[in-house]
Amino acid sequence: MDEHRAPVSAHAWRALTYGVPLAFLALFFAYPLASILERGLGSGENIRSPLDVLTDPLTREVAWFTLWQAVASTLLTIAVALPASYVLGRYAFRGRNVVAAAVTVPFVLPTVVVALAFLAVLPEGLERGWAAILIAHVFFNVAVVVRVVGAFWAGLDPRVSEAAATLGASPARSFREVTLPLLAPVLASAASIVFLFSFTSFGIVLILGGPRYSTLETEIYNQAVRMFDLRTAAVLALVQLVCVALAVWAATHLEQRLALGGQRRAERHVLRPLRTRGEKAFAAASLGSLAIFLGVPLAVLVESSLAVGDGYSLEAYRALGRPTDALLATPWEAVLNSVVYAAGAAVIALVVGGLAAFAVAGSRGGGARLLDGSLMLPLGASAVMVGFGFVIAFDTKPIDFRSSPWIVPVVQALVAIPFVVRIVAPTLRAIDERQREAAAVLGASPGRVRREIDLPVAGRALGVAAGFAFAISLGEFGATVFLARPDSPTLPVAIFRFLGRPGELNTGQAYALAVILMAVVGVSVFAVERVRALRTGWV
Amino acid sequence: MTQCHKAALAALLGALVLGSAGCGGGDEPPSDVVLVTHDSFAVSDDVKAEFEKTSGLKLRILQSGDAGELLSKALLTAGNPQGDVLFGVDNNLLSRALDGDVFEQYASPHLAHVDERYVLDPEHRVTPIDHGEVCLNYDKAWFSEREIEPPQSLDDLVDPRFAGLLVVENPATSTPGLAFLFATVVRYGEPSWQDFWRRLRENDVLVVDGWEEAYNVRFSGAAGRGSRPIVVSYASSPPAEVIFAAPRPDEAPTAVVEDSCFRQIEFAGVLRGARNEGGARKLVDFLLGERFQEDIPLSMFVFPVNSSADLPPEFKKFAVVPESPLELPPGEIGKNRDRWVKEWTSIVLR
Repeated sequence: MDEHRAPVSAHAWRALTYGVPLAFLALFFAYPLASILERGLGSGENIRSPLDVLTDPLTREVAWFTLWQAVASTLLTIAVALPASYVLGRYAFRGRNVVAAAVTVPFVLPTVVVALAFLAVLPEGLERGWAAILIAHVFFNVAVVVRVVGAFWAGLDPRVSEAAATLGASPARSFREVTLPLLAPVLASAASIVFLFSFTSFGIVLILGGPRYSTLETEIYNQAVRMFDLRTAAVLALVQLVCVALAVWAATHLEQRLALGGQRRAERHVLRPLRTRGEKAFAAASLGSLAIFLGVPLAVLVESSLAVGDGYSLEAYRALGRPTDALLATPWEAVLNSVVYAAGAAVIALVVGGLAAFAVAGSRGGGARLLDGSLMLPLGASAVMVGFGFVIAFDTKPIDFRSSPWIVPVVQALVAIPFVVRIVAPTLRAIDERQREAAAVLGASPGRVRREIDLPVAGRALGVAAGFAFAISLGEFGATVFLARPDSPTLPVAIFRFLGRPGELNTGQAYALAVILMAVVGVSVFAVERVRALRTGWV
Repeated sequence: MTQCHKAALAALLGALVLGSAGCGGGDEPPSDVVLVTHDSFAVSDDVKAEFEKTSGLKLRILQSGDAGELLSKALLTAGNPQGDVLFGVDNNLLSRALDGDVFEQYASPHLAHVDERYVLDPEHRVTPIDHGEVCLNYDKAWFSEREIEPPQSLDDLVDPRFAGLLVVENPATSTPGLAFLFATVVRYGEPSWQDFWRRLRENDVLVVDGWEEAYNVRFSGAAGRGSRPIVVSYASSPPAEVIFAAPRPDEAPTAVVEDSCFRQIEFAGVLRGARNEGGARKLVDFLLGERFQEDIPLSMFVFPVNSSADLPPEFKKFAVVPESPLELPPGEIGKNRDRWVKEWTSIVLR
């Protein structure tokens, strides 16, 4: 960016892109978390000192399990997701948008529902324990890698690897020495998200791990909620935060070191049809196996929603139209609430995360890296502690925000923002600096450069990010679960309520709502990308 | 965080969301009353509407996770609560709530219709609202098809005949699981309850995280197609299996082992520092009044404590109200809960 030409505008832009995300993070993440940690560490009724907690062999055991299962889950997820990312990032084919939307579905399903489906699917002996945890983590997180990496791949100029092929490199060698280095930063980026999700995994570990396995997150929950030992919980939350901060630091560092730039091109120039039989077979095999892996648990959910007595019927779906005591509303209102909250959260995430993406992409300095890393922290901080933090942080009379409806999309956005940054920044960063310089030389203001060069290239990524942010907010991760809700239940809340009531019809309605959530996610992600495609004329 | 910081922050927040928060200014009495409760709370629309009509107050319901999360948040905000009335603290957690000084004293006139045995706090900081019994449930068809006598007592569970048939919830993570652990402590006493669990472990008891998995997935008698015909659930689960089935069967597919039942009582209380204390008292009266009490069985699947409340026909026909369930004083629970759970964990899980 040419700062001599328009210094005021450049400074204002800088203040905006750094200031808004940092203020948002400070107010809605750091402040509540600091409040609860301060309260926890200061609570004196307990015999255990923070040092006792740290040196407890149980703490070490839990921390070790948390770490290794997260690393293993991350590596497995990348291995499983890479072939599909390649197919989506390289080829144009009918139904490509449908595949991209469908992959997103598992990611947003409530963990309890998926865990119950897994119990039914996994073979006896494998259905509980660390293997089940890893498989479930892969199931959930494949979407992260496929979407984040796939979106980047689709803008990677294929002429580079074509040149390598012309020069006689085998496809394997060209992948290893040309494509992989170009992908490395975005792989590191996606991997860090998967790592954080696995590291802080909660519901999956409780149900599929069985009672013998615990992660730091489940142990924090146990201490904070079951034992009400806030001091131990705070110490463990700090341990978790330090681990997460180290991981994030390493990932952002790696990402920047690996960034090569490379030529970005609009997707329509990159994607090409599947030509040879080999290409078609590879696409069919990689997408097909992924479809089976992701599809079977989803099919179990559909089947469970239809099972009534010994046969099948739509009774559970019909029952959804009736008001129920379980929700103080009809289930359809829960669907509407979910969509409204998620749309709000997606807008917040797109604005805050989009600005941050410009800041992160605009500089290779420590400041940008710090911003990028800080925005990742909400993914790795203890959800229960942040949730409790909200309860004590925003309690000043006469304005009490603890139970305002708008706090829900704000907290949902906390989780969605890092995704927006991760999807948009690598694309922005890879824009050839010479294009910007050329525009500037020709007299374009920095604002015009952003509007006419950055935005169109980022358009694809912004579209993907919008869909993803919406989907993430529908799924309600992290601290959202621990907020007190006014009487406007969302889909995941409604699913829990039905699941918590005895009676076959209640269980059926829980699964039916899970199927509806799947449909809402799939359709909305598809629609967002479709709208973007129509507007920009891309396919 | 000082009050000054908080005030500055509040001002900032206020500017951010101007107009979106309905903060009734001035000293006018609030026009609403806020009930803070857990996710299992439910009430029929018309019952809620009746409260609003008779009291002139809008009833806002704030749901806040399970009973443990609800209480944790109440303890964190003691003196500056999120609402006016809390409903959903049970006898398992009562001592923690009372020690945390969460509630204000209030004795509702409706207590005249409540049996003394439900009133666990003589100072009336909490008011009993409902009771439910955690009991073993079994799948009637499973036993009749195999011509095996279903279990009659806790003792039966360690019989090799019932090996591999029982699924229980982890008391560290589940309320019914905890109640069932208490049931064994009361029945067998210290330290014999530990032997009972060692023998249960030898008899291949399955421990799962929560009621949802135990009942909906592992148990053979409900929606799931699990393999375990005995489960820890509630005395009110059999009528729920009738009411929420399509079409409704003539008799409940599951039954309760009365000998195993442990009583849980749920309480409500006026929160200390409530914004609308007068409204809060009206709400406690309403919760204990006949209209709400008669709504309890079909909305929350527990039993009313008000003896003048009539039970719905489904409950009269299919539910068992155990005559003399196992009970433990809240003080004793408070003193020993964490130790028992720890000992249980090392016996059953390690």
